[in-house]
Amino acid sequence: MGPLIANGYIDPAWNNVIALLVGIAFGYILEASGFSSSRKLAGVFYGYDFVVLRVFMTAVMVAMIGLIYFSYMGWIDLGEIFILPTFMTSIIVGGIIMGLGFVLGGYCPGTSFTGVAIGKLDAVFFTGGLYLGIFIFSMIFPWVEKIYYGGEQGPVTVMETFGISRGLFAFLFVIATLMAFFVASIVKKKVKNIEL
Amino acid sequence: MQTIKEDRSNQYINPYFGGVLLGLLLLITIFITGRGLGASGAVKSTVVATVERVAPAYAQDHGYLKKFISDDQHPMNNWLVFETVGIFIGAFLSGLFAGRVKKFRVEHSPKISVKTRIIFATLGGMLFGFGSQFGRGCTSGAALSGTATFATAGLLSMAMIFGGGYLFAYFFRKLWI
Repeated sequence: MGPLIANGYIDPAWNNVIALLVGIAFGYILEASGFSSSRKLAGVFYGYDFVVLRVFMTAVMVAMIGLIYFSYMGWIDLGEIFILPTFMTSIIVGGIIMGLGFVLGGYCPGTSFTGVAIGKLDAVFFTGGLYLGIFIFSMIFPWVEKIYYGGEQGPVTVMETFGISRGLFAFLFVIATLMAFFVASIVKKKVKNIEL
Repeated sequence: MQTIKEDRSNQYINPYFGGVLLGLLLLITIFITGRGLGASGAVKSTVVATVERVAPAYAQDHGYLKKFISDDQHPMNNWLVFETVGIFIGAFLSGLFAGRVKKFRVEHSPKISVKTRIIFATLGGMLFGFGSQFGRGCTSGAALSGTATFATAGLLSMAMIFGGGYLFAYFFRKLWI
């Protein structure tokens, strides 16, 4: 039956209403988890606060296992959901630039919006920076077009890339995540606490 | 009788509980719409809309911007724009209940000045925005939603964003610790 909109269970006219409601829940959860604080977010890179790792990885695990469950119950056709296309070169270049931006700015786009919402001026500047960065990208696009389309593989899944089943990937992902949580708890004890 | 107003502004929900809620939200969103969450897309739409407003002919002929312009729909009439409006509302409500909504202030490590923080926040935002175009999404749209939907691009994006962060963290430690 799912995705509900594509299969006619919900009229597409509701799209923007759903978007707004999803956004409200998204913003609420991010802010309530502490993602409106750049110093808490940056902690993941220095070992004094692992809130990013814990929230992010738990969310991926829950959604991943949930999708497998929904698919098993026949509630969703996973062949119909959007798969982000892979452009190897572009993602590697973009990801590393985003990582640098994360360390310098202490926010990512979604979290900076939550910072703005509660009155963090640095988050306002980060958000302004996002606009400038995307504007600059558009302006110089002819020079970076090769990278942007580099390493195209289409919408491939990890099952195709690694040649393993969906279930096995999810299982390995959960094991790796639990190990990361364990390592993080050890690191957190060894690193000097920071007064936020 | 004296009432003591407790400061709860430093109290957040349990991160694993937050993660479960976020995961369920992502699952429901994919179940309804067939796609996940996002954030940088709304800023991109804003860039597309402003350039189209100022220089319509230029935008419609532009190799990158024209990908996001259609005849029947304004660039701001977009799922991610509405979702992002929601993010501001939801975060404001959460902050309000927890006593974190205050007048504009700058959060920074005591070891750096307000000016330094503002400069690096701007720079960081510029890099994140720039990089998110190569990544075709940021931490929400590519890393979180992509990985949860078993997209290779999502897993790679997650590894690169956090890996990139750890790669450069040492050089900018003075900003944070």
